[in-house]
This record gives sequence, structure tokens and C-alpha cells, in this order.
Amino acid sequence: MNKKRRNYSARKRKEAATGLLFIAPMMIGLIIFSAYAFFQNIHFSFSKVGTFGAPKFIGFDNYIRAFTDPNFFIALKNTLFYTVFGVSFVIIFSVLIANSLNKKVKGRTFYRVSIFIPAITMPAAIGILWRWLLNYKFGIINFILERIGLKPVAWLSEAATVKWAILLVLVWSMVSYYVIIMLAGMQAIDSSYYEAARVDGAGQLQLFFKVTIPLLTPIIFFSTIMSMIGILQIFDFIYLMIQRDTIAYQYSMSMVTYFYELAFVKDLRGYASAVSILLCIIIMIITVIQMYLQKYWVKYDN
Amino acid sequence: MKIKKFIKGTMLVHIMLIIFSFIMVGPFIWMFLTSIKTYEETIRIPLQILPKAIQWINYGIVYDKFPFLTLYFNTFFITLITIVGQLLVVSIAAYAFSRLIFPGKNVIFLMMLGLMMVPGQIFIIPRFQLMVQFNLTNTLTALILPNIFNVFGVFMMRQFFSSIPKELDEAAVIDGCGYFIIYWKILLPLTKPGLVSLGIMVMLNTWKELMWPIIVNRTMDKMTLSAGLAMLIGEHTTYYEQVMAGAVISVLPMIIIFAIFQKQFVAGIARAGLKG
Repeated sequence: MNKKRRNYSARKRKEAATGLLFIAPMMIGLIIFSAYAFFQNIHFSFSKVGTFGAPKFIGFDNYIRAFTDPNFFIALKNTLFYTVFGVSFVIIFSVLIANSLNKKVKGRTFYRVSIFIPAITMPAAIGILWRWLLNYKFGIINFILERIGLKPVAWLSEAATVKWAILLVLVWSMVSYYVIIMLAGMQAIDSSYYEAARVDGAGQLQLFFKVTIPLLTPIIFFSTIMSMIGILQIFDFIYLMIQRDTIAYQYSMSMVTYFYELAFVKDLRGYASAVSILLCIIIMIITVIQMYLQKYWVKYDN
Repeated sequence: MKIKKFIKGTMLVHIMLIIFSFIMVGPFIWMFLTSIKTYEETIRIPLQILPKAIQWINYGIVYDKFPFLTLYFNTFFITLITIVGQLLVVSIAAYAFSRLIFPGKNVIFLMMLGLMMVPGQIFIIPRFQLMVQFNLTNTLTALILPNIFNVFGVFMMRQFFSSIPKELDEAAVIDGCGYFIIYWKILLPLTKPGLVSLGIMVMLNTWKELMWPIIVNRTMDKMTLSAGLAMLIGEHTTYYEQVMAGAVISVLPMIIIFAIFQKQFVAGIARAGLKG
């Protein structure tokens, strides 16, 4: 009896040691590149960090600076603009497109490959491509606008339009990925739900609104959170499409482009750290609100 | 009557899909058309849709100006090493979290969950300084090292391990197999779909990542394709036919890979998305 128990606990000890050993490489990496970096960033946010010398503690100065810096609020406002409109458009379009792709029609593979292409294209190529499409004089978008009798728009250099131009590219580039997710969600819906609804005499629209959408709400919720976190960190297209020395930059800059500028152009690393922490707090607050709100609209199967 | 209705129904779907496909692919067609025009043709008003003669020479010009081979090699190399690194580091940790009991397991796991919610910018300045301290700026290692410790990968792989019935490794324990053998020989081969998803994720990430490479590396020979293309944009934006040729060279291989492995790609992305 005694011997048996000892054996048992020896096995347990071996298991525990093995477990710790197996997670050790991951933990060492995370401690250096995530945990240490995380606390270091907090430390920087309370310090004056120059290129040379040790960071100097300055209390809440960096945070106070953010709250009195008009550029910070411009960046915040722009970021929220991209997030609210971006998430809405991405979700709506991806559900609509996925729903069409979910139908059994000829040439589905062709449509699918075409629609998914932006999801596998690098932002650098997308940015430069759209910069060309939206070119004031020679861009094809303005050419089309003129053909249908509208005035050409200075998409990327005018204060009123630049945000919409970025939003357009953002949504265009993001929709593909979420179509993949939504389509996978739709294909997982048991066909018996549709059959039952059809027996009850439901039409196409009713099937979409009464069966597909409710059963897809967990996926829609997941996509809302993921796209929201992604857009709150928007950087690539603004960096690639807008020249930093124009007024358009002011009107389109996001929190992350502002962070990048502070940290790596102006070398204000302490202040930049504070901006990144504020962004993190904003992301967490919005995520928590979303988590709380989900019980009012997300329907889980069981 | 019924057939008519059916045709009307699918017609509408076709029309919608054609419009959506065109919106997604149209810009790429224009990219290609621009890349085979002369400079004069790209700035003609009103717009000229097709070139008079195809100017393949634009591709030669950007190829000479721009080290595509190096950038391709870098991107490929970084992807490969990151995948191998993650396979070793991430999957074995995922196995431990799924199967083994050890002290602190739940606390560590929750802390990792918390890390996943933190936006990447939080880490960038300290990581950059770490790279400076390690003397790793402007190296390919700087683009690989921080990406190996993929928390999301651990979560995803843990799900895959947990979906394998426990009886399988219990039987192996009775047969006297050690934990490493169980992980490496028995369970890992069964998580192949997960590993494929992980590989696709790493590939897309390396392919798309922009901020970290332009921060930590300075010279063209240490850039990924994505960051290199961004640098090309910064330098020449007057000759769009050349820039578009560069863009075509950059995106085409991935589009071809995607067209061939379409099913695996889509399934991989969907799995990675939905397991999270």
C-alpha cells in the first residue's frame, strides 16, 4: 500500500517536472519578449527616455501630456472613426458575401478564389495599388466618377476625404478574411434547421434573417472583437498611402501611426510608451463592454 | 414556373458574386494593366485602358533596381525558421498544457490569455531596445526571434491536442512510453491540421508584417518582401508602371500558391480563426 502510494506520487512528480520542462522554452521567450517588455514599457511610460542614458522617472507627466496634446485627441478620434465604421462595414459585407458564396451555384471555386485574394496580399502592395487607383489626376476611381457625371475627388490629400479613403481601403482589404471565417461558420450550421424552416414555409429572406443570422451570432461576435482589435491598431495603410509632410496626414493619423512617429521619428520614447498604454486600456475597455453586451444578442447553441 | 423561379434565384446570386468578385479582383487587373504600359500611357487623359504594346521591359527595370531575389529569400527563410521554431517551442508547450499536470499550470495559462489581449505596440519599444542590446538590429534573427513565442499558437495547438482522445496516450503510458515519445511520435502526427494552420498563420504574418521590420532593420538586404516594397514606394512614386510591376512581382507568387492550395488555405485560416 505504502509502496504503491510512493510510486504514484513519484509518477506525479515526474509528470510535473516534465510539464515544466516542456513549457520552459516558451516561458523563457515570453518572459524576455513579452513580460519583461510589458513592464519595461510601463516603466518607460513614467519616464523621460532619450536615445542615450538611463530613463528618468517623471511620474505622470507623459500621461498628462497626452491629455493636453491636441494631436493625441485627433489620433484617438480618427482611430475611433475607423473602428466604428470599419467594423460595421466589414461585418455587414462579409456576412452578405459569405451568404452568396454559401449557395450552391456553378463556378463557386472561381468566385471564392477571386474574393479571397485580398486576404493573402501584403498591405504594402495594397497600399501602393490603392494610392494609384485613388490618384487625383490619373486614378481610375476618379475616371469612373467623371464618367458617371461626378466631380473628381482629391482622395488622399484633402482633409474631408482622406479618412474615408483610408476606410475604403481598410474595409476592402479586411472583408476577404472575414468572409472565410463567416463562410466556415455558415457551413457548420446544421442543414436540418433550414429544412425545418422551409417546411414551415420560410422564404429566402426569412431563412437568412431567422436561421442564418441567429445561428451565426457567435461567429459574428468573435469577428466583431477580432476586427475591432485589429482596426484599433491600424497603421499600415496610413503609413503607406499618406505622406507625412502633408495636412492629410494630420487628418488621417491613427493612434498607432502617432505612436510610431513619437517613438521612431521624434525619439520621444517615454511619451510613445504612454500612448501605447492608453491604447491598450482603450482596447480592454471596449472588449470588456463587448463581452458584457454579448449576452443580449449572441445566441449559443446549447 | 418553378424552373423560372429557380433561375431567377441563382441569377441574382451570380450577379452579386460577379460584382463582389470584380470589386476584389478589379484593382489587381488594373495593377497588371498599369505594369505593362509606357509611362506616357499611364498619365494619359482620358485614361487609356489597354497599352498599345505590352511593355514587359518594366519588369526588367524594377528587377534591376530592386533586389527581389534577396527579399524573396529573406521572406522564405524567415517563414521557414519561424515555423520550425514554433513547431518546437509552441507545440510542446501546448501538449503540456493539454495533457500534463504541473504546478502553476492554470495561473500561467491565464496570464498567457491576458498577454493575447495586449496590443503589439506595447512591446515594440522595449523589444527594439533589447535587439539593440543583443546587437541584433539589422539582422534576419531580429525578424524571427520575437515571433517564435506565439501565444495564440499555444492556445490553438492546445485545442487540437485536447480533441484527441485521452485513451490513446493512457495506452501508451501503460506500454511504458515516456512523455516526449507520446508527444512526438503519437500525438503530434495527429495534430497535422493544426500544424498546417499554424504554418499558414506564420506564412501570412511574415508575408504581411510591416512595422517591426521597418523599425528594427535598416538596409534593403535585411528586409522582407513587404517591408522592401514599402521602401520602394518611399523612393519612387512617379513611375507607377514600374511600381506596379514591382507590386505584381511581389503578390503573384502568393496568389499562385493560394490558387493551388486554395482548400488547405481556407480551411487553415478558418480553423485558426474559429479555434481561438
